Amino acid sequence: MVRFAGVGLHYADPPGRSSGAGRAALQDLTFTLPAGSFHWLLGESGAGKSSLLRLMQLAQRPTSGVVEVLGADLSRTRRRALPGLRRRIGVVWQDFRLLPHLTVRDNVALPLRIAGRAEAALLADVAEMLRWAGLESRADALPAALSGGEQQRAALARAVVMRPALLLADEPTGNLDAAQARRVLALLQEMHRLGTTVVVATHAESLVEAFPAPALRLRAGRLMSHG
Amino acid sequence: MAEARLRRPRGRDPLGLRRALSARLLSGLVAAMALLAALAIAGAGGAAGLAARWEGGAAAAMTVQLPAAAAADGRLPRALEALAEMPEVAAARPMDQARLAALLRPWLGEAPALPLPVVIELRLAELPEEPALLATRIAAAVPGAAVEAHGVWVARLLALARSLEAVALAALLLVAGIAVTVVAVAVRAGIAARRDAIALLHDLGATDADIAGRFAARAAWLVGAGGLLGTLLAVPVLAGFANLAAPLLGTAPGTGWQGLPWARLPWPELAALPPLAAALGWATAQATVRRWLRRLP
Ligand SMILES: Nc1ncnc2c1ncn2[C@@H]1O[C@H](COP(=O)(O)OP(=O)(O)OP(=O)(O)O)[C@@H](O)[C@H]1O
Ligand SMILES: [Mg+2]
Repeated sequence: MVRFAGVGLHYADPPGRSSGAGRAALQDLTFTLPAGSFHWLLGESGAGKSSLLRLMQLAQRPTSGVVEVLGADLSRTRRRALPGLRRRIGVVWQDFRLLPHLTVRDNVALPLRIAGRAEAALLADVAEMLRWAGLESRADALPAALSGGEQQRAALARAVVMRPALLLADEPTGNLDAAQARRVLALLQEMHRLGTTVVVATHAESLVEAFPAPALRLRAGRLMSHG
Repeated sequence: MAEARLRRPRGRDPLGLRRALSARLLSGLVAAMALLAALAIAGAGGAAGLAARWEGGAAAAMTVQLPAAAAADGRLPRALEALAEMPEVAAARPMDQARLAALLRPWLGEAPALPLPVVIELRLAELPEEPALLATRIAAAVPGAAVEAHGVWVARLLALARSLEAVALAALLLVAGIAVTVVAVAVRAGIAARRDAIALLHDLGATDADIAGRFAARAAWLVGAGGLLGTLLAVPVLAGFANLAAPLLGTAPGTGWQGLPWARLPWPELAALPPLAAALGWATAQATVRRWLRRLP
C-alpha cells in the first residue's frame, strides 16, 4: 500500500537565503505499510511527521529515493495521473484546511464534487458522513462557527467521504479534550476496521497507550523504529 | 433572491471566485476596452468605405480641358505630346466622348448637339507638393487649356483614409493586447487571493483542467458581460459619428433618433465583439492558471 525506499526530502531554501543544500527534513526512510494496516506516526515537534504525510498524500515529490503509494511509483508516474491517485487518499490536515466560505456540508461534499459525482447522488453520502461524525445539526454552519472538535470531525468527514483506500491523519486530536480525542480516534479505528489503511501522526503518547498499534518513530527526520 | 441562492449554492464555487474575481473592476475595464474596440472597428470600416469611394476620383489626379474644336484642329495631339514630355506626368489619355457625356448628363441632360470639350486625364508620377504650381506649368505648356487639380486633393484624402484605417486596426490590436494583460493581472490577483483554496482543491485531487476551467468560466462570463456593455454603449456613439460622416458618403445627415443611419453601422462586427471578448478572457484565464498550477506537484 505504501512503500518508501531510501527516501530523503530537502525543502528548498527560500529565495535570497541560501545555506547550500537546503534543510534535510527527512533522510533515508525505508519502510512498508501493508494494505489494511493501522500505524501511529510518532516523533517530537519538527521531527518530520507532517513532511512524511505530505509525501504519502502525493502533495510533494521526494528529493531522493522511491515513494510508492497505491501501487504507483511516484517518480515514474505522470503528473496527469496524480489527481486520480489523490482522490483515493483521504487526509486530515493538522490545520484542518476547511474552506472558510463554504458550509460544513459543502466542505464535506467537496471531494465528491471534485471527483465529478452527480449532485443528486452525493447529498445522501454527505448526509450519512455528517451523521457518522455527529455533525448533522451543524451542516449549514460555516467553519468559523464550529468548536475545535467540530472542525476536527468535519475535516475527518471530508477525508473519508470518498471511502479512501489510504487515510492519513495529522495530529487529529491535537487540540481536543480527552473525551473528544477518544471520539475522533474511535472514528479512525472504525475506518480501519472497514479495511482502510490508516496512518495517524501524533505526539500524544497517552493516546497510543489507549489504542495500541504498530508505530513509525521519527527523530530529526530519521526513522528510529518501525513496528 | 433566496431562490437564486438555492439554485446556485455556494458549494459550486469552492474557490470563492465570485468575490476573488471582482465583477465591477474586470467587467468595467473590459467594457471601456470594448467601447474603444467598437470605435476602432467602425473607424476602420468607415475609413475603408471612404477610401473605396474616393479611389475612382483619385485615379485621374488632374484633368486638362481643351475647347471642343481642339479635337479637329490638331491641338489635341500637340497637347498630348507636350504633356508626355513633362516628367511629372506618367500618362495622359483623352477621355472618350461617350464617358464624358455620361458624366455630364446629370447637369446637361440628353444634349448630343452640344459640343463637348476635350478632356485629357493625367496620371501623375507622384502626388505633387504644390498642385497649383504644377497646374500653372501645364497651362503654360498647353496653350488654351484649363487645368483641374482637385484629383490631387482626393488622392491626398484617400491616403489619409487609408492611414486612418491602418491606425484603427492597430488600435484594435492594441486594445486586444491590453485586454489580455488586464485579464491576466486580474486572474493572477484572484489566484493570490485564493491560493490556499486552490492548493486544497489540488490536494483533494482536482485536475489542472478543473481548477483552470473554474477561473476561465468566471473570466469568460465577466469579460463577455463587459464586452456586451461596452458594445451597447458604443452603438449610439457610432450612429452619431456615422451621421456626422453622412455628407462624405454623399447622403444628407438625418435628424432625430430615427433619422440616424442605423443601417450603416457594422452590425456583424459589433455582434461578434462580446463573444470574441469572452473567448479572449477564457483563453487568457486558462493559460494564466495552468501556468501557475505547474508549480504544484
Ligand atoms: N514548507 C516547508 N519549507 C521549509 N521547511 C519546512 C517546511 N515544512 C516543514 N519544514 C521543516 O521541516 C522539518 C519537519 O517539519 P514537519 O512539519 O514535518 O514536522 P512535524 O513532525 O510535523 O512537527 P509538528 O509536530 O510540530 O507538526 C522542520 O524542521 C520544519 O521546519
Ligand atoms: Mg506536523
